[in-house]
Amino acid sequence: MFAFIIRRTLQAIMVMLVISLIGFSIKSNIGDPVRDLVGERVTPAERAAIADKLGLNDPFFIQYTRFVKNVLHGDFGTSLIYRKPCLEVILKHAPATIELVLGAALIIILISLPLGVFSALKPKHLFSRFIMGFSTLGVSIPVFLTAIMFIYLFAVTLGWLPSYGRGETVDIFNNGYWNSGFLTIDGLKHLVLPCISLASIMLPLYIRLIRSEMMEVLETEYIKYAWAKGLSPKRIWLVHAFKNTLLPVVTVFGLQIGIMFAFTILTETVFQWQGMGFMFLEAIQRADISLLIAYLVVVASVFVLVNTLVDIFYGFINPTVRIAGTK
Amino acid sequence: MKKTIFVLVLLLSVFLLFSCGEKPTGESETISKLKQEIVELKAKIVDLETKLAVPTEPVVVGKILKVGLDADPVSLDPQVQLSGGMLQLSHWVFDPLVRWDKDHQIVPRLAEKWERLDELTMRFYLNKGVKFHSGNPFTAKDVQWSFARLQKSVDFKGLFEPFDSVTIVDDYTVDIKTKKAYPLLLNMATYIFPMDSVFYTGTDDTGQPKDACVKFTHTFANGNESGTGPFVVTKFEQGIVLEMTRFKDYWDTKSPGNVDKVILTPIKENATRVAALLSGDVDFISPVPPTDFDRIRSDSKVDLVTLNGGRIITFQMNQDRVEAFKNVKVRQAICYAVNNTGIVEKIMKGTASVAAQQSPVGYQGHKTDLKPRFDLDKANALMKEAGFADGFEITMMAPNDRYVNDAKIAEATAQMLAKINIKVNLKTMPKAQYWDEFDKRAADMMMIGWHSDTEDSGNFSEFLTMCTNADTGYGQYNAGAYCNKKIDELVIGAQSETDVAKRTEMLQEVEQILHDEAAFLPFHWQNHSYAAKKNYKIEPIVNALNFPYFGDLVIE
Repeated sequence: MFAFIIRRTLQAIMVMLVISLIGFSIKSNIGDPVRDLVGERVTPAERAAIADKLGLNDPFFIQYTRFVKNVLHGDFGTSLIYRKPCLEVILKHAPATIELVLGAALIIILISLPLGVFSALKPKHLFSRFIMGFSTLGVSIPVFLTAIMFIYLFAVTLGWLPSYGRGETVDIFNNGYWNSGFLTIDGLKHLVLPCISLASIMLPLYIRLIRSEMMEVLETEYIKYAWAKGLSPKRIWLVHAFKNTLLPVVTVFGLQIGIMFAFTILTETVFQWQGMGFMFLEAIQRADISLLIAYLVVVASVFVLVNTLVDIFYGFINPTVRIAGTK
Repeated sequence: MKKTIFVLVLLLSVFLLFSCGEKPTGESETISKLKQEIVELKAKIVDLETKLAVPTEPVVVGKILKVGLDADPVSLDPQVQLSGGMLQLSHWVFDPLVRWDKDHQIVPRLAEKWERLDELTMRFYLNKGVKFHSGNPFTAKDVQWSFARLQKSVDFKGLFEPFDSVTIVDDYTVDIKTKKAYPLLLNMATYIFPMDSVFYTGTDDTGQPKDACVKFTHTFANGNESGTGPFVVTKFEQGIVLEMTRFKDYWDTKSPGNVDKVILTPIKENATRVAALLSGDVDFISPVPPTDFDRIRSDSKVDLVTLNGGRIITFQMNQDRVEAFKNVKVRQAICYAVNNTGIVEKIMKGTASVAAQQSPVGYQGHKTDLKPRFDLDKANALMKEAGFADGFEITMMAPNDRYVNDAKIAEATAQMLAKINIKVNLKTMPKAQYWDEFDKRAADMMMIGWHSDTEDSGNFSEFLTMCTNADTGYGQYNAGAYCNKKIDELVIGAQSETDVAKRTEMLQEVEQILHDEAAFLPFHWQNHSYAAKKNYKIEPIVNALNFPYFGDLVIE
């Protein structure tokens, strides 16, 4: 077991090194960060001096080893546009994105479960057909279009909801990191449209998934047996069938949450939501390479860490994984 | 039910276990611990009481202005970066010696009047009784201190190259001296925003001097301010929000402005910015995307204001890369082939003024008889004369996020040039990458827009059309490699010509030569556009420089 853990950890470290190397090698293609720091009138000589001070002119290998050394000391560099440590910038933007994803996930769960179950139980019902048709439409509309349509309908025309930003937030830990929009009415109002837009990408998928899983389960022997036994329909549907429907759905949901984080870039841009996706785009547009690389490394390390832990736990639960690995 | 009871019992037992786990190791220790806790609690109570007695945020009962701009200031240090956004902030939080008004005239601000003493010196008489946000009084010393810092700032030192020094005559009088006669001294005084010399002296918590002016790390001045301007910054989170409240001791008591609080949020997405205004989430936006002009005009709750800006959009034709561009007839043919009037109408939706020269109306060099020249027959004839009837192939580059509709303008140009048999291979890219390519002069035709820093015609030529010279810095952005000694002579001459009539003549001759020789392909001057709710009277506070003076804004 010990050897297995060591092996997984070494693999994780290798992955991190490769990711940081890839991040580093694209940085020269993003643009010149010095350009964004200075006005257009600054002479090329002055710009070269700034690039020198930032160490941008050093050979690739020296820059890279310096970066790795600093990261090992917990220093991810300083963001050029925010003028603050990258890690602090990323951590301050993370809660906004997490709240957005959380809100969207909540909406997906609350809507897809009843709709999916209903359309599985009554597949010929008019409402079920409507749901299926609507979900096809939902899959095919890109998220930014949905978002802009929502803004024009609910913010501009009807005036029910705010059009952009996070509104009033509360600093939960009083240290400036986690500003939550969940605790104020204004913050919640601001959450509605972005969360629905983000949810709109995944929602149709889940309705269809739940429907087909549920329909499959309803055909199984044990459900037939339950009918024969004379159990009430409610009990068969909600206790026996529904529970078994959920297993694959939860697995897919776990996998898709990561993808949802990626989709936040579009949603955050349209709603000017100050989260990580917004920050990432800003960093690309203004060629803040320090922040970009730090972001890549931080996000990658979160994924690698979670995956490694899962793998190790899996090794405990299912020894065949360990054995297979040694061959 | 059984399960729940079981869980509850389990929880309770765990709780009990934990609370028993802490064995009393002697009474005195527990008592002292308790005592300490009591002291801490007392401190907390006192803390809470003070917080309750003095509300942390003063209740604003006045008028609030919510602003949505495409970018927010990058710092609170007015000298750290020379950009439109930073100068806007400077006008809100600091105050210049003099500033441009709506009619493009220079009017007094911190300097109440000024006079020329000799060819090199201008004397400025400062307002008395002006206070900084820190409470320190504003005197001549602050002007001198700020000026010296400007001369060291990476971004500003180039602009202040012609200047020598500031000398203090008395507490409220300063003399500004240039190295040689300089007709634009007063124009440049619009860039002098006095900073609080006492406030910015000393060292901060990290041991760094407070006056440090560094772009890429945190400095005292990047996050703290003390200016004389109408607004005090109360909250600044870069990229998220900038909040300012009116300075209660503001010196300009004659200003009609009645805005008590400004909340500025950057809204980069055009559609979202417009939606934010139409839905009432913000009160003022800029810029307004041309595609939404009709929508905003037709809305009865908001007003649209556009006015001429001075940024000229051009293409440069690189004579070093393309032999044909050395031929003046080919260059003229290109100018005749491009319908820039059509581009302004169709692509810019009328939100720009067609140009045939660098200097916009109101500049000394502007020549009214230079007209856009679109004539396809003439263009083809010129190509034939030059021996290029069959045309040739060139490369073209333009940014796609720098100027209004930049990529679309480039596409239209490429199509128009196809009509005179010039095949264009166009590449557009984000500005973060474009400027590198521009510095390398990587394509045969490259787009550049320019706004004169000095609000004077000479500045255009100094950067765009004078012969490139790495030592003097002239022609730094001349990617056309156009070089005419006569232009250099005239522009340099105009720099120290103080006779207005003579100077005007020189600068107009420059425009005439550039036009005749088709040194570059002109498109238009971009307009500035603003939209606000009807009761926000924005018309009087906007100007050609794109510095909305919120300090003077009246909300009805």
